[in-house]
Parts: sequence; C-alpha cells; structure tokens
Amino acid sequence: MIYSPSPLAVIVFGAFVAFTLGLSFYFARRTRSAAGYFAAGGQIHWFVNGVAFAGDYLSAASFLGICGMIASYGYDGFLYSIGYLAGWIVALFVIAEPLKRMGRYTFADALNSRFQSRAITLSAGISTLVVSVFYLIPQMVGAGALVTPLLGLPHWAGVSMVGAVVMLIVVTAGMVSTTYVQFLKGSLLVVFSAVLTLLILNRGLTTQPEAPGFRAPRLSKAISPVGLPYFKQLTAEDLGLEGEEVRQQELQWTDTPYLATRNLASGRVTVWRESPVMTRDKDGKLVADAGLVMFYETQTLTVLPDGKRLVNGLPQGHGEDETDFFPVGKIERLPGGETSTGPIGPVEFFSTLEGSDILLWKQDPSKYPTSVDGELAFTTVYYPQLTAGTDVLLPGKSPTFNGIRGDALAPKLNFLSLMLALFGGTASLPHILIRYYTVKDQAAARKSTVVGIGSIGFFYLLTLFLGLGAMTGGVIDPTSANNNMAAPLLAKSFGPLLFAMISAIAFTTVLGTVSGLIVAAAGAVVHDLMTSVGRMQLTDHEKVRAGKLTAAAVGMLAIVLGILFEHMNVSFLVGWAFSIAASANLPSLVMLLFWRGTTRQGITAAILVGMTASLAWVLLSGDTFTAVYGLPAENAPVPFNQPGIVTIPLGFAVLVVVSLLTRESKVRRGAQEGDRNH
Amino acid sequence: MAPLDHGPAAGGVDDTPHEQRRNARIGMLLFIVYTACYTAFVLTAAFASERMATRPWADINLAIWSGFGLLLLALVLSLVYSWLCRARGVK
Repeated sequence: MIYSPSPLAVIVFGAFVAFTLGLSFYFARRTRSAAGYFAAGGQIHWFVNGVAFAGDYLSAASFLGICGMIASYGYDGFLYSIGYLAGWIVALFVIAEPLKRMGRYTFADALNSRFQSRAITLSAGISTLVVSVFYLIPQMVGAGALVTPLLGLPHWAGVSMVGAVVMLIVVTAGMVSTTYVQFLKGSLLVVFSAVLTLLILNRGLTTQPEAPGFRAPRLSKAISPVGLPYFKQLTAEDLGLEGEEVRQQELQWTDTPYLATRNLASGRVTVWRESPVMTRDKDGKLVADAGLVMFYETQTLTVLPDGKRLVNGLPQGHGEDETDFFPVGKIERLPGGETSTGPIGPVEFFSTLEGSDILLWKQDPSKYPTSVDGELAFTTVYYPQLTAGTDVLLPGKSPTFNGIRGDALAPKLNFLSLMLALFGGTASLPHILIRYYTVKDQAAARKSTVVGIGSIGFFYLLTLFLGLGAMTGGVIDPTSANNNMAAPLLAKSFGPLLFAMISAIAFTTVLGTVSGLIVAAAGAVVHDLMTSVGRMQLTDHEKVRAGKLTAAAVGMLAIVLGILFEHMNVSFLVGWAFSIAASANLPSLVMLLFWRGTTRQGITAAILVGMTASLAWVLLSGDTFTAVYGLPAENAPVPFNQPGIVTIPLGFAVLVVVSLLTRESKVRRGAQEGDRNH
Repeated sequence: MAPLDHGPAAGGVDDTPHEQRRNARIGMLLFIVYTACYTAFVLTAAFASERMATRPWADINLAIWSGFGLLLLALVLSLVYSWLCRARGVK
C-alpha cells in the first residue's frame, strides 16, 4: 500500500522530535564526567528508572512487532509478550541486586568483580557489542516501517532519520538524556496503549469496520464445484456477479484456483479465487462443505521488469487511472448472526471472538508469469481466507510456530528454544543491565525493577487487544507479511490525531531503545575495550569524547543494517538478539553468583563459546538462508532456527568444564605463592 | 533542579550482608515458583497444544487464561518480593 503523509501527524511527530532533542541539549550542559555520561552519575530516582526500564525494553519489537504478529496470526504474537515479561522475573529475583553491588559502568564490571581479568573484560565487551548490534537491527527496521506511512518517505529515509536523531541524543548527553527520553516514551506508550484498548472495547466487534479506505471483498454465489479446467464455462450469472463477464482468457495462468472477470462498464479485470464454503458443524467447528464452493475477490500485484507496479491491473498510486490495495481484515460472522456487539468488556471480547469467523488475508506463494504489453512480468495474488476465531486464539498458527500443532519434534524444539531464550535473554541484555548502574543502591535497583515489571506487564496485557483489534478492524495491509504498522494503522481508524500521537510515540519508542543500545555499546568500547583491555590512559573528558565518537560510529552501522534487513519481522529479529544474549552472558552471570568454583577462564570461555555458537547457529538457520542469502531453507545445516535450547546449556557446560579444569591450576598457583612467601 | 543535576554518584546505602542473604533466599523461592508455572505453560503449548483449546471458564480458552495468568503472576510476585525485601531497620 502507498501511504499519504498526514499534516497533523507530521506536526505532532516534529513536536516530539524537537522536545526530545531539546531535552538532550538541556542535559548536555550538565553532563561532563564519564560517570555522568555512561551511568547518569548513579543519581536517577528509582521510579524514573523503573519507567525508563519500560521505555528501554518496550522496543519496536514489542509495540510494532508483537501487535503486527498478533494482527497477522493471532495468539502467536502474544507468546512473545509472555516470554519477554518472564525474562524480567530472572532479572528481578536473580540478577538485579548482585549486579548493582558488583558493577559500576558495564556488564563486564560485574563479571570481573572477583577476578580483575582482561580476558573477561575483552570477551564481555565484544559480547556487548554483538548483542547490541543484533538488537539494533530490528529497531531500525521498525523505524523505517513507521516513517513510511507517517511522512510518506521511503524505508531508507526513515532509518536514516532515526539514526541521525538518536546520534544527536546520545552524543549530546549520554545516559542522562537517554534515561529521560525513555521515561517519557515509556509513560506515553503505556498510557496511549491503554487509551487505544479502551477505544477498541468501546467500539466493540463488528462485521462492518469503518476504517479509512476499507471495503469488504466481493464474493460470488455458492455453486457446485466444476473443476479447474472448466472455470471458463462459468458465467457471471451462475456466480451472481452483476455487471461482470467471465473472461478466463485474461488470466495467463492455467489450472489454478483463479477465475478472471471483466467489468462491463469500466473494463477492469478482477481475479477471483475459488474457496470451499465454510460452515459450522454441530460442535461449532468451522468445516468445509464438500458440495459447495464460492469465489472471493482477490487483490493482485504485478511487478514489471522496470520495477513499475500494477495493482489489480492498474498502475499503483492515488492519481487518475491509478489504484491501490484496499486495507483488509474483518469479522465475517459474529455469534448469533449479529452485525455489531456495541461496547464490550475484556472477557466478552475474547469469548465473542472465539465464536466468530474472521476473514484473514494470505499471500499465494507462487509468482505467476504475466505478459504486460509484450513484457514478461510476475503477479502475486493476495486472497481472503475464512478462519475460525478459535483458531487465531490458539498458539501455532504463524509460520514461526505452526509446527507445535504437528507431531514432528524439530518445530517443537524450535518453540522451546525461543521461549527459553526470551526467559533468559532479558537479564543478559547489556543495555538493560547498565540501567542498574543509574540508581544509587540495591534497594533502588529492586524497586525500579518492580516498577519496570508493572509498566511492562501492563503493556503486554494490552497487546492482545491491540493486535486482535487491528486484525478485525479493517486496517491491515494485505501485502505486508509482517504487519509492523498494525498498531499505528489501528489508531488511524479512530482518527488522525490518535494516529499522529501513536505514530510519534512509536517513533520515540525506537529512539529510546536505540539510544540505550548505543550508550551500552559506547560504554563497552570505551570502558571495557579501550581503558581496561587496551590500557589506554584517558582522562574523564577523553572518555566522554571517545564515547561520543563510538556512539556516532555505532549509529552509522545501525542505519546500514536497518536498510539491509527491511523485510524481516522485528519481533523475529529480536528473538535472535535474545538468543545470542542468553547464550553468551547468562551462564557467566548466573554461575558467578551461585557457584564458587567459577574461574576467570571458565567465564571467558563460556562467553566466547556461547556467543560464537549462537551466532553461527543463527547464520546457518533456515530463516537466514531464505531471508538473507536467498537460498532454500532445506539447505540449512541446523535442524531448527532458534539456537537457545542448544547454545544456552552449552554455555553452562563450557563454564563448568573449563572452571573445573582450571581450578586445579589455581590451587597449585596458590600453593606456589604460599611457598614463595615462606 | 537538583535531582536532574547528574554529577558523580553520591553513593546509596547498600543492603547489609544479612539483608542480601535474605533477599537472595526470597528471590530464589519466588523464581522457582514462577519458573515452574512458565515451564508448565511452554510444555503444554508444545506437547499438548489441544489442551490449550479447552475452555475452563467464561467461554475463553486455556491459552488466553494461562497467558494472562502468567503476566499477572509476574506482577503479583514482583510486588510480593518488594514487600518481603523491604528494609526493616536491621542494619
């Protein structure tokens, strides 16, 4: 779909960005020391820090990715909400207070509190950089997805704009401005998501959404199946399609479930897809009626060799003799044959959806060769499919998780692997861990985590309402596989002001998280790699300057990666970052706290092996083969996509084995030192 | 605007060793409770997904109830932890 910029949205967006930058410049004058730049001087109030946790953590993956995934597939996106929050339990109950006690600036500080080892600092610094960069990619992809409909700019421009603003925020005042941007964004995101949820419940569920541009797809009368080769013998009268004539010769693909008609008045060709008539059986299950079929109107995209795009046979655009996709997604049948429920409570919202049939849209994976003015083009078809509400409210509908409904073991392991990574990943994310150094003591660290869990948990409770509201609200772009824009477009159906606010908040969401990531990366480079490992003698002022230069470099890298990974779902990408973080960092953090036999060699080996193994697994996975290398997923050498279930235990095993092997030499060294002293 | 004037850390008051041990004990107990619930949820979704379709109450399936239950349990346990770990004047 082509989005037109809304002047109101541009104004609100501009005001948000200006305020954010103003805040950064204000704090810039007050941040002079390295402690102030990298850890806000340890002076952030625990409540502000708690909400900033939410601002830091509720990234583009949470707001755009989860809502988009729920809007596309239902419950599966909510699995991410559950996993992301569960990770905070590890952070609060196991990590928060000891980490605050042991560290000062970076995650490496805490790991090194017992050993003072350069090897640990080096490996932890590298792991921080790798995890931060992997986490940056989805944030930047989300930024591009947002700016496209908001300002009518292409993806690359959106990514570059976010990169530039974030670099300004971080370069000016570091952790202080980052914290207040995150506080602002966390508060606004939670409040406006609650407002949006209340509006969804107040509007209720309807079979006739009133979103801008929405219309229901047309459908034919139900007929007895005639078989693919005989479609051309059907007439518009047979199908009940007034004003159309069947012109199967317009379609250049044979033996497909598609039928072409031409409008007698406009001459426009419409492609229809045969689908079985679906009815509810006596148990209320949606089943195909073997004796009847009907034809649903589809939407087609034909891409010419020169890149020009035809939508339903006409040039894509909003001018004369141009057309664009219409937004989709609606409830086809409500329980009891009603057309609208009116205002509805949260429990009734779900029970009504369970009894409803929903019209979701799918993309035909085939690209059909089509001759346009003698040139060979390829056509993609998007078609509606009736789906039971019960089906979208259960796990296992999305391509990511659909294996859990089958009998094969590998997809189930893939699911367990992701849920394990989400559980262990939060407490291993460097940009989250450094936030513990911005408060004054352990009690403040604990209290801010509780506030964070409250804000984040409340937001995740709302994601299912937001996603399902978008799925049934007539706002879905049928061509978008990841639907990252579902939440802002849902807001648009309630008016341009709410769209402007939600979009601006979502943009600030990206700013807040990306700022935190860049501060974490800059801290790792300056404090861990340059000062501790490289033993460079830097004054406080030089450390801040080096941090700013690093922030600018990481920002540039983030822009490039955000452009390269445009077409991937942001939630999915964040899953990878969690896997790498949990595999590289969690074993060391946990074992340092709970096993006295941990040695510095064990920690170093666990970080390096966990990071390398998870990174290698991700790069050799089927999803990377398809989405990044353009190769068939079957060629991938690893059996499933998510590495956590293998690489997290591997990290623990390596730490234990190496620690046991090196403990002996430590005892011997102690004895030798003892001999020398005597 | 003193609270926003971010100079060097003023140094807060760390928990006493006794409090640290107490908090670690409580944290581990609550962690085990939550982990058990989370594990049960994940394993049910992976290996008994048909159970998630059962509707225990109000015509809403187990997947929705258990998902919301886990989110709310995290909120409740974090508040319980915060309350149990509050300073009680023993320094």
